[in-house]
Amino acid sequence: MPVFVNGMVIWGLVLDGWAGSRSVLAAESPSCETATPEPSACLLPPNEQRRSSQSVRWALHVAQEALQQAGADAREVASVFASSDGETGVLDRLCTALAMPQRTISPTLFHHSVHNAASGYWGIATGSHQSSTALACYDSSFCAALLEAFAYAEIEERPVLLVAYDLPPPPPLYAARPLRGGFAAALLFTRAPSPHNLAQLDLELSNDLSGEPTNMDDARLETYRSGNQAARSLPLLAAIAKQQDTLVRLEYLEEQHVVVRFMPC
Amino acid sequence: MVQSLVAIPTKEDEHHLAECHRQNQTVDHSLYDPIGHRHAVPQHRYVGARSMAPLILTHYTLVSALGKGLGETYRALRNRRSGLRPCDFEDVGLTTYIGRVGGVEDVFIGGGTKSTELQQFDCRNNRLALLGLQQDGFTQAAIEARERYGAHRVAVILGSSTSGILETEHAYRHRDAATGALPSSYLAAHRYTHNMFSSAHFVRTYLGLRGPAMVISTACSSSAKAFATAARFIEAGFCDAAVVGGVDSLCLTILYGFASLGLMSSGPCRPCDEHRDGLTLGESAGFALLEKAEYAGQPEAVALLGYGESCDGYHMSHPHPDGTGAIGAMQGALLRSGLTSGDIDYIHLHGTATRANDTIEDTAVHSVFGPSTPCSSTKGWTGHTLGAAGVTGAVIAAMCLTRRFVPGTVNTTRIDPSLSSRVLLENREQPVRRVLSNSFGFGGNN
Repeated sequence: MPVFVNGMVIWGLVLDGWAGSRSVLAAESPSCETATPEPSACLLPPNEQRRSSQSVRWALHVAQEALQQAGADAREVASVFASSDGETGVLDRLCTALAMPQRTISPTLFHHSVHNAASGYWGIATGSHQSSTALACYDSSFCAALLEAFAYAEIEERPVLLVAYDLPPPPPLYAARPLRGGFAAALLFTRAPSPHNLAQLDLELSNDLSGEPTNMDDARLETYRSGNQAARSLPLLAAIAKQQDTLVRLEYLEEQHVVVRFMPC
Repeated sequence: MVQSLVAIPTKEDEHHLAECHRQNQTVDHSLYDPIGHRHAVPQHRYVGARSMAPLILTHYTLVSALGKGLGETYRALRNRRSGLRPCDFEDVGLTTYIGRVGGVEDVFIGGGTKSTELQQFDCRNNRLALLGLQQDGFTQAAIEARERYGAHRVAVILGSSTSGILETEHAYRHRDAATGALPSSYLAAHRYTHNMFSSAHFVRTYLGLRGPAMVISTACSSSAKAFATAARFIEAGFCDAAVVGGVDSLCLTILYGFASLGLMSSGPCRPCDEHRDGLTLGESAGFALLEKAEYAGQPEAVALLGYGESCDGYHMSHPHPDGTGAIGAMQGALLRSGLTSGDIDYIHLHGTATRANDTIEDTAVHSVFGPSTPCSSTKGWTGHTLGAAGVTGAVIAAMCLTRRFVPGTVNTTRIDPSLSSRVLLENREQPVRRVLSNSFGFGGNN
């Protein structure tokens, strides 16, 4: 059963938002090394923008822009948030405090530490009562979320927003998990044909690993793709940007491929 | 997240399963016909739901403070023996009780042909997971499923809230004084211990499974939502069966974290008591093998008829005062099951024993089920096992079906008179045909 992509937004070191990223992803212009500005995450009230973690702000920013692009109402849309390492900045502060003799931690720090912080803030900021899942699958987190979002759109017959994000951990944890750069991407999937459809896709899991996984032609983007699970979405995003009938092959847990067939709308 | 489960040995229930199949096939062929209209339960404004083909929990098991496996768990429930004890976890200096699993420290991860590969997963959370896999013949059942369907066709979908964070807490005490670096042994093991995927990675490695896998981490609803994702994956054809469950183990983060929120009782928790003053934290590992209905022949098998998921969209650590999200999740589970509220014989409450949770859950349960459906919380036995609370509730609910009893509520002396649902204090021996289990989490995730 085909599923449509209606909205798509990315945020990372060389890509900020859809407008600037589309021509780079479609290989119409080369990538260049520029620092991405901090996303605004203006969906959150000012006090929550201040208190929330950087990764929550990145996730909510792409989520909000993708819905705007798709002209969708957040209260009608379920969500899947994928992050391999979650709130590493908060966990660093928490574990530092717990290593001190008095072990004093603030309630705010504690409730910001959960893996579903971005998912929770999304619900609070939008007032959506729809299902929201936060998941992890190490370097295959985006792929796992793609399966979950695809299955959700198909079976629950409701639009679903996929948000994949991870930021490099702070210094002591960075050595344990050296993610190369921050990356966040959001895609809205739906079963319903509409003028907002960007592409139609079909998806299957394959045990046949003989086909090469799809990489990025641009060397800088390829470095990105291989250095952060959320950026493993890049081949899929590029296929949408190119608007070509194409097959994208993504590695899932080293033992399977997710094969996505794209048809432009 | 809410699950509805049904016992399957009786003829009537077999008939119901078959009927659910037919109804579901009808829906498949008429997508725009809202199935919810067949039922008395009004469809929630936001949370739509369609019916599902029932899936079977052919094997399941649980390790918690009550003991190892179904037998010990059942005896503790029947004998009203709580597993909670004064906090003796590491050097934690908090005045509280905990539901600690005895003997986790002595579990050895390794051995066999994959010993080196398995040893890198060694941490409290994965030791607890292994203890769970070793009960009630679960490992053998999973291996048989692997042989029946093929390793690529069996998924591992687990829930956890803190994974192996205890390893990171320990490592932060041993940072290099000059550079601040964490110990190199910790850095090498981080992927296999603290990373959120660790428990599913360990379980699929241990069982030799190669299908889809993930860890769902939505705080206290995590391992309940794992059932919904696994059901979707089976229906979408991504797998034929799934090892579903959850693992969460005690750590400093949750003990000091819940203390900082002022949500922890100084004694053993008293769900729904008029003087309840907070939760007691626990740890558990639970697993279920979820398969299609044609494999319903196992003696302990029960059916998953439905699930409902929602969000409060209200606050990170406080449930919506009207219970809006909880109501939507319960209605979603009923709609998917093709059941009405009157079909449910027992509700296993989330029942954390915080003042807010129990009051708001009571409001939500009463608004969907009215005042007569028996319900209770088993947190007084196990403590709140967070990311593993969903599967803990599912396994206890399954035992109610197969062993024909309903647990009351322990540690509680007088049910809060302001609660309007029918909360049971004492255990009851009675046939139970259909149960519903609630799990609600931080971030307003139901």
